[in-house]
Amino acid sequence: MNMLSEAAVEKALDKKMNEVAYKMIGKDVSVYYGEKRALFDVNLNVRENTVTALIGPSGCGKSTFLRTLNRMNDTIEGCRVTGKITLDEDDIYDKEIDVVELRARVGMVFQKPNPFPKSIYENIAYGPRIHGLARNKADMDQIVEASLQRAGLWAEVKDRLHEGGTGLSGGQQQRLCIARAVAVSPEVILMDEPCSALDPIATAKVEELIHELRANYTIVIVTHSMQQAARVSQRTAMFHLGQLVEENDTDKMFTNPDDQRTQDYIMGRFG
Amino acid sequence: MVSSHILSAYDEELKYLRRRISEMGGLAEQMCGDAVRALVNGDSALAQKVISDDVILDHAEREIQDKAIVTIAKRQPMAADLREIIGTLRIAADLERVGDLGKNTAKRVIAVQGHGVPRKLARGLEHLSDLAAVQLKEVLDVYASRSAEKAEAIRLRDEEIDAMYTSLFRELLTYMMEDPRNITTCTHLLFCAKNIERIGDHATNIAETIYYMTTGAVPEGERPKDDTANTVGAIAD
Repeated sequence: MNMLSEAAVEKALDKKMNEVAYKMIGKDVSVYYGEKRALFDVNLNVRENTVTALIGPSGCGKSTFLRTLNRMNDTIEGCRVTGKITLDEDDIYDKEIDVVELRARVGMVFQKPNPFPKSIYENIAYGPRIHGLARNKADMDQIVEASLQRAGLWAEVKDRLHEGGTGLSGGQQQRLCIARAVAVSPEVILMDEPCSALDPIATAKVEELIHELRANYTIVIVTHSMQQAARVSQRTAMFHLGQLVEENDTDKMFTNPDDQRTQDYIMGRFG
Repeated sequence: MVSSHILSAYDEELKYLRRRISEMGGLAEQMCGDAVRALVNGDSALAQKVISDDVILDHAEREIQDKAIVTIAKRQPMAADLREIIGTLRIAADLERVGDLGKNTAKRVIAVQGHGVPRKLARGLEHLSDLAAVQLKEVLDVYASRSAEKAEAIRLRDEEIDAMYTSLFRELLTYMMEDPRNITTCTHLLFCAKNIERIGDHATNIAETIYYMTTGAVPEGERPKDDTANTVGAIAD
C-alpha cells in the first residue's frame, strides 16, 4: 500500500530537485606532465544525475581534468596529479583503490569510436565478463540486450549481434561504445568529444542518448561545440590556460556568463 | 571594451543591425514631431508625408527582422550577442509601433482641419509631445551608448508623461463642457494625446530592452515600495 499522498511525493521530489548532491568532488586538483603544469588548483564538483559540460579552447586542460576523474592520466608517463578527487566518499587516488574497479564505476567514451575488433555481442559482453557480472549465458544475453537498449542501438543491431562491431557506421559504433560503457553498470560516464567524428544525424542520436542516460548516470562531457554543450548539459565549466574560469548553470552560462573570458570564448571574440 | 569577433563578417552583420535601428529611430522621431506640427498648424501636406514615411518604417522593420533571423541561423549567437539580436528585434517592433502612432496622429489632421485647432487647445498637446520627443531622442542616444544607468533613468521618467497626459485629458474635458462646439476637435485631440502617451510607453520599452541587452537582467520593479507592501500584507494574512 502506498500511504504517501501525491502532494507528499511532489514535495519530496521537489526537495530532491533542490538539494545539490555531488557525485564527484575535485579539490585543488593540479596536473603536471613532467615539468609542465597543465592544471592549476581546480575545484570542481560534479553533480549527481546531471550532465556537466567542460568547455574551453584547445590546451585549456578540460580533457586533462576529465581524465583525472577515472585516473586515465595514470597511463601517461611523467604525469602527476595533486589535490584530491572523491567519488562519493572514496578518494580515487588512494593507494587502496583498485583502478580497474574505479574505471568500471567511472566509464569513458572517447572521441573516436573504438569498438574491439570482435562481434557486437562480444564488445558489450567483454566488460561484464571480466568484472564477473554475469553468472551464465542467459544473464549475459540479458545484460547485452539491456545495454544496447539503453544506448538506443538494440533495434538496429538485434539481428546481427554476432557480426563485427567495426562494420557499423560511425554513429552506431559510438553508440556501441556507449553501450559498452553502460554494460558494466557505471555510476559516472565520462565523454571526451563523443560526437566530433560524427555527422549531425548521428550527433543528434548521441545527444538524445546523453539526455536519457542522465536519469541513471552522472555524465561529464568535454566538447568543442558550444552549441552541443548548451544543448546537452545542465552545468557548464569553462577552462582557460589550465584554470577553471567559471562554473555555472548552462542556461546562465550561454545567455549571461559572469566571466569576461567565458563571454569572449562562447561568443567567438578575441580575448 | 568589447573585442571583435574572430569572424569579421559576423561583426559586419551586427553593425548593420545597429545602423538600421538608428536609422529607424531617427525616422520615427522625426515622424512624431512632424505629426504634432501638422496637427497644430493644420498642415495636411506634412501630415501626408508622415503617412508615407510610415511605409518606409514598416519596410525597415521587416528588413531588420529578416537580417536578424538569418544572423541567428548562421551564427548561433551566444550571451551578449544573442541578447543584442533579440533586443534589436524588440526595438525594431517598438519603433514600428511608434511610427504607427505618429501616422494615426497625422491622419486626424484632415479630420480637424475644417475646425482648426485653437491655440490654447494645442498648447498642452505640444507640451506632451515635447516630453515624448525628449524621451524618444534620449532613448535612442542610450541605444548608441549602451548605458544601463541612463536606460533606467529614462524608464523612471515615463511617469512624467503619464501625469501630463492625465492633466491634458482633464483640460480637454473642461473645454468640451465649456462649449459643445469644441467636442469634435477635442475628441480628436484626446486620441492624439493618447497616441503620444503611448509613444512614451514604447520609449520606455526600448529603455528596458537596452538595459537587458547590456546587463542580461530585467530592470527592478517600478514601485519597489508597493511591492514590499504587498508582501507585508500577505505575511500578515
